[in-house]
Amino acid sequence: MSGHSTYEPKTGFERWLDVRLPIIRMAKDTAIDFPTPKNLNYWWTFGGILAVCLVIQIVTGVVLAMHYVANSAMAFNSVEHIMRDVNHGWMIRYIHANGASMFFLAVYMHILRGMYYGSYKAPREVLWLLGCVIYLLMMATGFMGYVLPWGQMSYYGAVVITNLFSAFDKVIPGVGTAITTWLWGGFAVDNATLNRFFSLHFLLPFMIAGVVGLHIWALHVPGNNNPVGVEVKSKEDTVPFHPYYTVKDGFAILVFLLLFSWFVFFAPEAMGHADNQVPANPLATPTHIVPEWYFLPFYAILRAVPDKLFGVLGMFGAIAMLFALPWLDTSKVKSMRYRPTARWFFFLFVAATIGLGWCGGKLPDDVVLPVGRDAVTGEATGFTVVMLSQTLAIYYFAYFLVILPALGLFEKTLPVPENISTPVLPKGGAAMPSGAAASPEKKG
Amino acid sequence: MAETAKANPHETEGDDPSRRDFIHIAALATAGVGAVATAWPFIDQMNPSGDTLALASIEQDIAKVPAGQQLVVKWRGKPVFVRHRTPAEIAAAVKDDHADMRDPAADASRTKAGKQEWLIVIGVCTHLGCVPNFGTGDYGGWFCPCHGSVYDTSGRIRKGPAPLNLQLPDYEFTGPTKVKIG
Amino acid sequence: MQFGQSIQTKLSGLIAAIAVGSLALLPVAAHAKTNEKEPMEVHFSFEGPFGRFDQAELQRGYKVYAEVCSACHSMNLVSYRDLAAPGGPFYDPKHPVAPAQSPYAKAIAEQYKVPDIDPDTGDTIQRTATPADHFKAPFANDAAARAANGGALPPDLSVMARAREGGPAYIYSLLLGYEEPPKGLTVPAGKYYNPYMAGDMGSYWTGAKTQIPEGGFIAMGKQITASRVQFDDKTPSTVENEAHAVATFLAWTADEHQVERKQTGLAVMLYLFVFTLITYLSYRRIWRNVAH
Repeated sequence: MSGHSTYEPKTGFERWLDVRLPIIRMAKDTAIDFPTPKNLNYWWTFGGILAVCLVIQIVTGVVLAMHYVANSAMAFNSVEHIMRDVNHGWMIRYIHANGASMFFLAVYMHILRGMYYGSYKAPREVLWLLGCVIYLLMMATGFMGYVLPWGQMSYYGAVVITNLFSAFDKVIPGVGTAITTWLWGGFAVDNATLNRFFSLHFLLPFMIAGVVGLHIWALHVPGNNNPVGVEVKSKEDTVPFHPYYTVKDGFAILVFLLLFSWFVFFAPEAMGHADNQVPANPLATPTHIVPEWYFLPFYAILRAVPDKLFGVLGMFGAIAMLFALPWLDTSKVKSMRYRPTARWFFFLFVAATIGLGWCGGKLPDDVVLPVGRDAVTGEATGFTVVMLSQTLAIYYFAYFLVILPALGLFEKTLPVPENISTPVLPKGGAAMPSGAAASPEKKG
Repeated sequence: MAETAKANPHETEGDDPSRRDFIHIAALATAGVGAVATAWPFIDQMNPSGDTLALASIEQDIAKVPAGQQLVVKWRGKPVFVRHRTPAEIAAAVKDDHADMRDPAADASRTKAGKQEWLIVIGVCTHLGCVPNFGTGDYGGWFCPCHGSVYDTSGRIRKGPAPLNLQLPDYEFTGPTKVKIG
Repeated sequence: MQFGQSIQTKLSGLIAAIAVGSLALLPVAAHAKTNEKEPMEVHFSFEGPFGRFDQAELQRGYKVYAEVCSACHSMNLVSYRDLAAPGGPFYDPKHPVAPAQSPYAKAIAEQYKVPDIDPDTGDTIQRTATPADHFKAPFANDAAARAANGGALPPDLSVMARAREGGPAYIYSLLLGYEEPPKGLTVPAGKYYNPYMAGDMGSYWTGAKTQIPEGGFIAMGKQITASRVQFDDKTPSTVENEAHAVATFLAWTADEHQVERKQTGLAVMLYLFVFTLITYLSYRRIWRNVAH
């Protein structure tokens, strides 16, 4: 879509089609001949991996919908019917259930890669924003999908998340309640809720696919960013997408599928919760409810704030930070390879987010760092999970709102290479042979 | 890759990267095998599931069906007519064994030996799948309301568009009045 | 620079490793604030990627379920035909037939009467079960089950081994774990003390708050006793054998396709491994002349 098309119709039919629907030209320009920076490392393979994830989820999802019954009296048993009686149903369901986790694992790698290498900076802001929209849609889809088996975790997950909106009662009394009642289609999460969640869970992946189309379009206008963060200057800097990146992405996809298959076939319930094997019971809540692992950092932020409304705002704000990122980072240098200070703040940010995820799976009052003992109960007291969550949440927000804006102004960056082909400028000033510049992560 | 990389970023002469090397062919062939193997579970999942197959065979007590009447049993999602024929109906069917028919069949070939009074047929018109009505039409058998196919007391097609006689399910008598269908 | 880059690469690798690692750890971290005992160390033949169900033990486990558990616990998701499906306790690989046609499944089903409607009168009747029927439930409905069990509902056992942390080891431990309540613990009427049961007994404990005993209360009394079930294969009827057999059986009912799943998985992993290797070689060949 960018630059000149290199496609030349060869046969009469191709020429005939090309003036009517240049679909072969488009495919060739975007997926075959597309000039791609030759220095992309394995962190760039997650885009292809995510495309595979989306296809897997849609195909398995459509198949599961052939057997699933979206009715509160039958949903749990219909899932068990899939697991027991439908031919290969257990496999298809486990691929779908674990596929959600693998999808989020890949999307987090993809987002972190973008954050590290500054892929959100001009001229790729729209590309980044579209990615954030995909991520939001994924979260909505994942959440509603988890409700469908109608187990205890499904039910109380739906109860807790929909109740977030009741926080708006504090802004305008009655509005929050009106929203939750509208979301539920009743006075509690029930059959009507399950039905609409199923409908939306079916719809949203196709919306994701549509936004992915825009995301790829927006990618092909400026072309790929790359590990040095310097734009492509000449043809020397690029290789055609096929076969160079089809084979590299293919290899990465296969490694990813090995991990995926290990979960599906040998630990299919490892990322699930035992409580979700108990049919939903609106009269009794399990002792400890947690969301799926991919929501845990946000769940921790929600619980870190003692106020209900501000907790909800904090949680949504954490996601909103991603949308604002292109305008919060003031640095002119894209890749953190040349931002030695920012790099460490970034690694700390990743650690803080993982830490928040850990906190999200713990009980808020659990003690992380025992200091003393309670005089009455004798229980350990000290630094609790909720305090740790608060500390980490403050860093999470500070990274976006303080550190990145300020660093861009004060940070002393390393010299950035002139182009992709000579990424290393040794102290002497003479360019090293480009062979030596191969990034070490490519070895073996 | 660094150790194999050359200073010159261009490919050396005669070294087309997309050349159909053995290893590339092997990779594509492996991918093809995987695609075919993966397709199978996704096709097979549409075949009847375990619980459906478990009901593929049913046992039915037919003692209560009076002569001249039929019992309609649902088997594999379709009606099965269990017709207790009167001697007159059997005689009418046997008399027509050599009449001009679209799908000729002797009445004896459509019942079990010694059990001529029991005619057990799948109640689905061989034309386009409607369920024929009992005891109507010119031949005392069935009449299909959709397109006017007429069957006789042996379930044979006598008039109308249907090409074949009413089909016989696999069945056997497991007792004097017990029949296992399927 | 080279040095800096390799540090950064290692760090990114570390982050990836931590991320993947935390995936595996998180569900384990998600424990309730109850202080039940960890399940006993017990081994089952079906553990690990190469584990298989021991068919003789599945048959013994079915017998324990049928003679002991099924008096109170339903198993609504399992059918008699499942017992004779490939991998099931009564599957005969020498005479493979459709599960519903299996003489074993028929013989077992015929021992039970299940509710149905008489097509002639519309009355509710009890008819002989067929292999296609689900296991007969001991009570007509949940309310009846509660009424007969002092208000407590005996949970359905179909997926029990998946529905509790610890799975079969938990079931085994719970069945064998009954012991005298510690002094100072007030056991409510109709309840029993079991250290493996989840619960919070703070309000029933009169001793020091620092020494609240492990475990919780359960409405089911000790059921597994020596010689409760006579095994057809002469396996001694010890409590351990009975509990182990029924835990194995429940692991199977919760995951009927487990062995098929793991066998498929080994083939898939092997295939992917070979494919990955070939693709890597293809990748190296395509990129061999590109400095990058």
